[in-house]
Amino acid sequence: MAAMATMVAAGCGGVWCRARQRCARWPGPGSRPFLRAQRAVVCNARGGAVSAGKSGLAPWIPVVGLEIHAQISSNSKLFSGSRVQFAAPPNSLVSFFDASLPGTLPVLNRRCVEAAVMTALALNCRINKKSLFDRKHYFYADLPAGYQITQQRVPIAVNGSLSYSLCIDNKMSQMVTKTVRIKQIQLEQDSGKSLHDDTRSQTFVDLNRAGVGLMELVMEPDMCCGEEAAAAVRELQLILQTLGSSQAVMAEGQLRVDANVSVHHPGEPYGVRTEVKNINSIRFLAKAVDYEIQRQIQELGNGGTILNETRAFDSKLGCTVPMRDKEGKQDYRFMPEPNLPPLILYDAKSLPANMNHQQVINIDWIHERLPDLPSVKREKLVEQYGILPEHSFTLLVWQQDQNCNSSQASEDGLAEFFESVVKQTQMKPKKVIGWILNDLLSYLKQHSLTVKESPVSSFLLADLLNLLEKKEISSTAAKRVLAELWKGEGKTPLETVKEHKLELLQDQKELEQICQAVIDGQENEVMAIKAGNRKVLNKLIGLVQKKTQGRSNPVLVKQLLEKKLSE
Amino acid sequence: MRVLSLGRWLRAGLVLPGGPASRHSGDRHSGHRPQAPPQGPAQQKVSVEVLEHLEQLALVDFRDSEGVERLQKAIQFADQLHEVNTDGVEPMDSVLEDRCLYLREDDVTEGNCTKELLENARETVEEYFVAPPGNIPLVKLEEQKTYLQGSK
Repeated sequence: MAAMATMVAAGCGGVWCRARQRCARWPGPGSRPFLRAQRAVVCNARGGAVSAGKSGLAPWIPVVGLEIHAQISSNSKLFSGSRVQFAAPPNSLVSFFDASLPGTLPVLNRRCVEAAVMTALALNCRINKKSLFDRKHYFYADLPAGYQITQQRVPIAVNGSLSYSLCIDNKMSQMVTKTVRIKQIQLEQDSGKSLHDDTRSQTFVDLNRAGVGLMELVMEPDMCCGEEAAAAVRELQLILQTLGSSQAVMAEGQLRVDANVSVHHPGEPYGVRTEVKNINSIRFLAKAVDYEIQRQIQELGNGGTILNETRAFDSKLGCTVPMRDKEGKQDYRFMPEPNLPPLILYDAKSLPANMNHQQVINIDWIHERLPDLPSVKREKLVEQYGILPEHSFTLLVWQQDQNCNSSQASEDGLAEFFESVVKQTQMKPKKVIGWILNDLLSYLKQHSLTVKESPVSSFLLADLLNLLEKKEISSTAAKRVLAELWKGEGKTPLETVKEHKLELLQDQKELEQICQAVIDGQENEVMAIKAGNRKVLNKLIGLVQKKTQGRSNPVLVKQLLEKKLSE
Repeated sequence: MRVLSLGRWLRAGLVLPGGPASRHSGDRHSGHRPQAPPQGPAQQKVSVEVLEHLEQLALVDFRDSEGVERLQKAIQFADQLHEVNTDGVEPMDSVLEDRCLYLREDDVTEGNCTKELLENARETVEEYFVAPPGNIPLVKLEEQKTYLQGSK
């Protein structure tokens, strides 16, 4: 069974893929699609219009749109009272409704609605005060009812936007803000999980995930390359995590992204799109999108055509492959869900007077209680501490380490750590940030630790930085102390300094003597300096450092040497 | 969890408008024959392509002329709806439209009935349901010995 457990297909990596092909929201093949829609964003030169090289042919404009499914963070499922939990014994979190036994009915979970409303507000959407539920029919082993309850006609929210930032030209110093429009957000059920056993031609079905609440976010095709897609999804992850509406960990299937990719020449209608599935991380998302763009350009450049098909991303080969789907277009036969009345949401104005509070969802009430979104947090950090915008990004960004098994990010809590250190030290925040982002973070990454697991607490680091600020140690010595503190032996910075004799020499006389000794011993260098070659002075400083075993303040040493040499 | 007694509806011989007949629907519909429909728009025969499409989508098998006839009659019955002028009227898709959608608290109240659920399955392996693999291609209608063959 262990071997089978590794063949997790999450419903679409397996064989029967025709059932999984989405109803094309974009026009299908044959109809050269719609008028060139107004794109909210025009890609910049990098990754934007891809020129066809020296042949002088017209450039290609790639168009990327994402469909994202985020698993709602709730105790129980969308329409039933079974628990939501990752990795539980198969079919143990399944109610009669989830197994679609006859005689059962859906009962909507309030928390799921609130999560969707929060997300919609954070993404500047217009909330539909009346939204409807529909059935989407298709046959697949992990969909016991033969249909999925979703919101196709009137979803809970429409017309929002997501702002994200990109570094241009690999320089962290140049960040640009882009926006992607959100077409709609809808509530829908998740399906169960299929494990395919190809050797024995059978499929094992686990319904634990069947019925879990999902928010589907459909983005307009405003992006143009893998990097933009990746940046947008990262920001979305951060927002969802901040709201708490979804934990959005891709590795655990809590965030699933499908990419729609097409290319066209400027001034012409959009090209035929392909849908890319089976993308398991943000890194792979960027790769998959970029590969597919290149594949389409090559294909069209060779005189071929692009099929309106679904392709899977093969992470090992780094390419997209067609999914075995010869059955043609899928017809989902949407119909209204007859067992659920419309979902009505209220705001402060429309709130009914005599209704049970528990039965009422007030959009304004939720709006007031939204936490600070990442973009707001970043602005506050920059304003309050005078750090650079790109630093604020690193402090807040939710990073998914490919190799890290834990769902915690190494940078989770980094902003809090930074603020805590700043409070406890006299060192300016602009200098502290360097220690956090360069030294602390690299240690954490090297050892795959989270901020909370750091052997160096904010208190210890602040203590160390104070010693540095008070000029009791040099910065080189400070780095050595940090390396010692990292061992987690429980010593304070001061103890470590004393133990390894890293204090700066405070005795001026002793320092002068050493400087003199060095000058006396380096006649040639002294002559060179006096002749005008100032650079040789650094060599003398270095020698003094060596003699003092790094315990001299280089600035002071330079002053002393210069003074002596000018005598 | 509310339980709806579907049985009562079925025994009344409710014919869902436009829905394709299921394999065993003959039993359900025997108790109730629809009134002879008034002659509305021209009675179109359901084409073979549409029948094939329906068979693929809904995994039904019309099997013989009686099955296809029944489908034809069901469509005729539903076509009566066209007689009503619905200009400017919002479609009603649920008789529950004026009811309040009940919101449940986010508590875990169900689950943990693996054994009971698996009892229903014909085949299980270590607490998983076993299903055939997904890519069995549907037998093409040409290869089937069905009524539809004769109509081609």
